[in-house]
Amino acid sequence: MVTRLIINGEAVALDLDQDMPLLWAVRDELGLTGTKFGCGKGLCGACTVHLDGQPVRSCKITLASVAGRTITTIEGLSVDGSHPVQQAWRDHNVPQCGYCQSGQIMSAVGLLIGNPDPSDIQIDEAMRGNLCRCGTYPRIRAAIKTAAKVSQWEPSS
Amino acid sequence: MRPDMPNYNARSQLEIQSITRRKFLNSIGIVSGGLLLGGTVIGNEGLFADVMLKESAQSKGLAFNLFVHIADNSQVTIMCHRSEMGQGIRTGLPQVVADELQADWSKVRVEQALANPDYGDQNTDGSKSVRDFYAVMRHMGATARMMLEQAAANHWQVPVGDVAAKDHAVHHQATGRKLSFGDLAQDAAALPTPAKEALVLKSVEQFNLIGKSVPIVDMDDMVTGNTVYGQDVQLPNMLYATISRWPVVGAKLKKVVDSEARKVRGVEDVIRMPAQSRPVKFNAQSGVAVLASNSWAALKGREKLQLEWRDGGSGDHDSIEFSREMVEKVKTKGSVARERGDFYKQIKRSTRSVEAVYTVPYQPHQPMEPPAATAWFHDGIMEVWACVQNPQSARDEVASLLGLAKRKVVVHVTLLGGAFGRKSKADFVCEAAYLAHRSRRPVKVFWSREDDIKHDYYHAISAQYYQAGLDADGSVNAWLQRTSFPTIASIFTRMIWWPSAGELSQGFVDAPIDTQHQSFESHSADAHVRIGWMRSVANIHHGFGLGSFVDEVAVAKAIRVTDMWRELLGNRSTVTPEEDGADYKNYGESLDRYPIEVKRFKNLIDVVEASTDMHANLPKGQGWGFSMHRSFASYVAVATRVEIADGVVKVLDMHAAIDCGLVVNPDRVKSQIEGAMVFGLTIALMGGISVKQGRVEQSNFDDAPITGMQQCPPMTVHIVSGQDELPGGVGEPGVPPVAASVTNAIFAASGQRIRDLPVNQFFEV
Repeated sequence: MVTRLIINGEAVALDLDQDMPLLWAVRDELGLTGTKFGCGKGLCGACTVHLDGQPVRSCKITLASVAGRTITTIEGLSVDGSHPVQQAWRDHNVPQCGYCQSGQIMSAVGLLIGNPDPSDIQIDEAMRGNLCRCGTYPRIRAAIKTAAKVSQWEPSS
Repeated sequence: MRPDMPNYNARSQLEIQSITRRKFLNSIGIVSGGLLLGGTVIGNEGLFADVMLKESAQSKGLAFNLFVHIADNSQVTIMCHRSEMGQGIRTGLPQVVADELQADWSKVRVEQALANPDYGDQNTDGSKSVRDFYAVMRHMGATARMMLEQAAANHWQVPVGDVAAKDHAVHHQATGRKLSFGDLAQDAAALPTPAKEALVLKSVEQFNLIGKSVPIVDMDDMVTGNTVYGQDVQLPNMLYATISRWPVVGAKLKKVVDSEARKVRGVEDVIRMPAQSRPVKFNAQSGVAVLASNSWAALKGREKLQLEWRDGGSGDHDSIEFSREMVEKVKTKGSVARERGDFYKQIKRSTRSVEAVYTVPYQPHQPMEPPAATAWFHDGIMEVWACVQNPQSARDEVASLLGLAKRKVVVHVTLLGGAFGRKSKADFVCEAAYLAHRSRRPVKVFWSREDDIKHDYYHAISAQYYQAGLDADGSVNAWLQRTSFPTIASIFTRMIWWPSAGELSQGFVDAPIDTQHQSFESHSADAHVRIGWMRSVANIHHGFGLGSFVDEVAVAKAIRVTDMWRELLGNRSTVTPEEDGADYKNYGESLDRYPIEVKRFKNLIDVVEASTDMHANLPKGQGWGFSMHRSFASYVAVATRVEIADGVVKVLDMHAAIDCGLVVNPDRVKSQIEGAMVFGLTIALMGGISVKQGRVEQSNFDDAPITGMQQCPPMTVHIVSGQDELPGGVGEPGVPPVAASVTNAIFAASGQRIRDLPVNQFFEV
């Protein structure tokens, strides 16, 4: 059965199992490998994408449940990597290995859309599901605060 | 048809992938099947490793040496032969080359090297990339710079002493003339390479990149998702494979029923892996692989496999019981590894004695990227793309497994999504190569998180016993340390039960304890799971044991822990384990070049005390803890402040100081120490796995948690840099002092001494 959805502004149709998690459709079938596989159980956040503007774990939602909806992956966050959150990540030299950072950035954008001036506790709550084994948390926290200062926040599309 | 693809690294795939992504985004319609790249990534003509290297070199300009290439347009390409796993080596080493070369950093690109012994050691392990290659990289840069200068001098017919390279060009001072690197590349590359003795190196004051916080070269790709890790490699016609591996190390596969697995849509084959036994080495483990047209089908297919195993000897391994046995063992005398005076006589004369036993469970690595490797057997070549720390080992293992000449195995190193020692073992590469060889199609073996946690090479479970004897005046005159843990050597050799000299050299026989009488002893331990090195290795448990016990003795003496360290460090200038009979390895360095210097320990105590209010009175329920450790030729001290309320431990603040000698990139040193503190917090607070009936009980981040954002305190890092000192390691040395600083802080806050990690057995974290 064909699933139709909008991804990074483009309409696509996918002839895949309906129970396939969005993660694998995005990575294996669409080649958008910026969305990472970390746990497969919604426990680490590496696969975070936006569904209708809200951050979700793409390993936990099926293709069937996203039919007709709008997805943004890290590749679609900005055309040239200039999104304020991406820029803040550069400013603070956040990444180490980099593997979790797509998910971190997508969650951070989601947080700032809903709360343009988050406190430390609000950052912790919003980001606690995004694990980083390298331990970049202090810089993620700092980068989110920097990004919060520079932009008006609107849902991604 | 062969596309124009002279450049065989992950970067080239990335470029191809970007193009096809754009193509994809321009199209609307049904997208299915696995073919994502616009053509084959690799040519299909008879390609041999040496041919590939040559072609690769042509694509990046003229070769001045193995590491430096300069194109006519002045683009400098620097090869990175060490694996990037977050430590910043793709930036750090090229930074050193570019500095000596007098290159403009904005005109430098970094290319990841294939596995090739010509580069020297590529095993990115042991915190030694800068230690081992700092001098080599300077030579590579200086060689190329001097060739460019000579070419310019020849061109202008002036003495070479009158010209100098600066900002990507060679200048003639007297006339103000200049020629760009690109202008000179052709002539310069044809000149003889200067002899090592003739090289003129820059002085520390002349450095313009070494010692600077240059942003990492992969930054833009990392924030845009444009990176290629082992999990991300995609080849045309590729199969995705998952493997159901032995539930117990050494188990034999009795029966396979795969009919249901084969019925899953997308599953194309089921292949039994070769049967393995001990020693496990870096071999693929026994199991059954499901190969499918996408990851999801492979995972679903694997769930439908019905396998029957005979557990074998390790089927009754119980890690809790095993730990209890080790605890009893370390209470008895062991094999002496370092000895001074007569501890046993002295302890009887002591007025007071303090003793304690510490245990640390098995630790899993849990890199955010589970292991993954892609292999393709074509034209007699086994070509591999993988997130490996040791590409030459991967090449050799694959060649040996398949009976191929080493030059017929090409290993491309992708970015590593964390590694921490896990990806120095090429077992997952062997899996991919075996399946690709069998199926004659490209195969990606991707590990799930469950595979990663259940089939790791675990950091060894351990027990340690410490005893100190105090005289009537409170001075510590007798000191005993005993350690027991299964050795990493057990993965290579069957009949081995004792920690190696190398493992005992990791924070045990080199403990900076200067008492008159002392005994350092080791005990045997069996290995029932695959044991492997993990970030800082045996320093993990030795740092916890020593750092905890120094605090316990300080408490017994009612003095500050920092003063206890000062007292135990003594008044000698160096720690000399070899004089007390130890077979001390010093991380492969000579003690002349890298002595264990007492003043560097003491300096770090001062730095951390000045950075914190650790001796001030704190609110009830709060406490500071301190510990320090030398490993990989660097010194790190950590102070941690915790608060305990309603049975919950919250880490409030952490301060660290590192003395790693010469620093190439201060920001990356700082980030490694921040990361090491988070890594250490996991070990202290929640880390570890348990084994029952030979089976690892945990499976994912819910039952094997790692530190999250909400558990990460603000962090302060001091780099005590001696730019005229030799460089020490950076990736690992931050980990060992962390756990003891945390449990010491918990004691200060609550009076409860935690001797058995992790903390979450006793407190909520």
